[in-house]
Amino acid sequence: MVCRNTGTAMLMLLEAFRDIPFMVSPKHRHDVLHQQFLTAIKSLGVITVVGLFTGMILALQTGLELRRYGQEVYIGSAVTVVMLREMGPFMTGLIIAASVGSAIAAQIGTMTVSEEISALEVMSIPPARYLVTPRLVAMITMMPLVTVYTNIIGVVGGAIVGQTQLGVSMTAYMDNATQFAANKDLYVGLLKSVLFGIIIATVACHQGFSAKQGAVGVGLATRRTVVVSFLIILTVGYMVTRLFYQ
Amino acid sequence: MIRFEKVSKKLGGRVVLDEIDYEIRKNETFVIVGASGAGKSVSLKHMVRLLTPDSGRVMIGDDCVSEARGQELDRMRNRFGFLFQSAALLQWLSVGDNVGLPLRMKTNKRIEEIDELVREKLEMVNLGDAFDKQPAELSGGMRKRVGLARAIITDPEIILYDEPTSGLDPVTSRTIDRLIDRLREDLGVTSVVVTHDLHSALAIGTRIAMLHDGKIVEVSTPEQFVKSENEIVRGFLEAQYITTRGEWEDSETS
Repeated sequence: MVCRNTGTAMLMLLEAFRDIPFMVSPKHRHDVLHQQFLTAIKSLGVITVVGLFTGMILALQTGLELRRYGQEVYIGSAVTVVMLREMGPFMTGLIIAASVGSAIAAQIGTMTVSEEISALEVMSIPPARYLVTPRLVAMITMMPLVTVYTNIIGVVGGAIVGQTQLGVSMTAYMDNATQFAANKDLYVGLLKSVLFGIIIATVACHQGFSAKQGAVGVGLATRRTVVVSFLIILTVGYMVTRLFYQ
Repeated sequence: MIRFEKVSKKLGGRVVLDEIDYEIRKNETFVIVGASGAGKSVSLKHMVRLLTPDSGRVMIGDDCVSEARGQELDRMRNRFGFLFQSAALLQWLSVGDNVGLPLRMKTNKRIEEIDELVREKLEMVNLGDAFDKQPAELSGGMRKRVGLARAIITDPEIILYDEPTSGLDPVTSRTIDRLIDRLREDLGVTSVVVTHDLHSALAIGTRIAMLHDGKIVEVSTPEQFVKSENEIVRGFLEAQYITTRGEWEDSETS
């Protein structure tokens, strides 16, 4: 069952990638822009809160430990490196999977059980091209941008805690951050964000197309999207880290 | 025009179609009736390859739709319009965008040209003022009519109707019936209608087929259908208070 689902999801993903060139045509451009808006702009509110508090928690926890050795100034590098490499893409992935991924699964699931997908097939409109590719393109293009935003907000959150609770000035925090954070940290984080975007779009669309039995089926598809996306994001996140940092 | 050759289909372990054979002729309105779960919609979905037979084949003219793939399947599907039971309108698109969707996605027509054709088809189904409305603002009957406008936007040769009058009040049902009839007369399309509304079937059908337990038990004209000696057909007629042709005619005219 798992193998079959993985196989059909991979086939759907390949079909969606194959159809990417169609997305530049005026017929699809609006769909892509709309999906980019839903993925990025509509998620900014929750991303801001989560990013800010992730940075603040990181700064507080590491800062309190480092203070015992009088090294609290190093929270700048600790927060920045952890945000760039891990927490930025990871938190963004989780939020987008829970908000946008679940919405995609619910929408496509509802379309499946109400015969709208069948209607597209009868009209010879490929559902993958019409529904999956715009969402995939939106995820691939917007996830890195949203991740950069999460990183910035997280670093700012860390700086606020440093300044107000640990006595680390903003200048010292930023100096320390820029001294230790490398370009590689940013690139690896962005690579993760693109992979997470592909994972979310694939899982959400595939679960939506697999929905059965009315509202209950749509609910199950939505739930499975979040759970499966979380598990794959965690696994792939570790594998990428293992690949680049040995 | 459409031919089922010993088509069998099992769904969820149950035989839904059991080696059925029938042929639908050009320019006729072929109505398939039967109880719920008799396999009417399954039969309809085989015609556009939304379902594939376990055995047997479905022919559209000389083309075997049950074995077609890719562009060949698209070409065959382009000959069809399909009105789904739920109308299957895309909820985030306006009525105009829903009806124009096949033209927008499959042709290179200009937006103005598409809009003009959409308005023309909406006029045909008496919904000329619904162009900018959202599907959520429409009643069940209006949705079906929008679905019908979308089904005919590409001027198909064959239109498939899945329960076109289910869930509608009698007045709206007869409006839909008249539209189906008009499309056959004005545009010369071949229609296949799946319904359990016998009044509708007798009013619009040129031939009626009765499906029971996955088998075709009767194929006849409406006149012959109401006089059928087949027990299953008689039971179905009596369940809808149609006992003889005379009474049916009376009920239609009253």
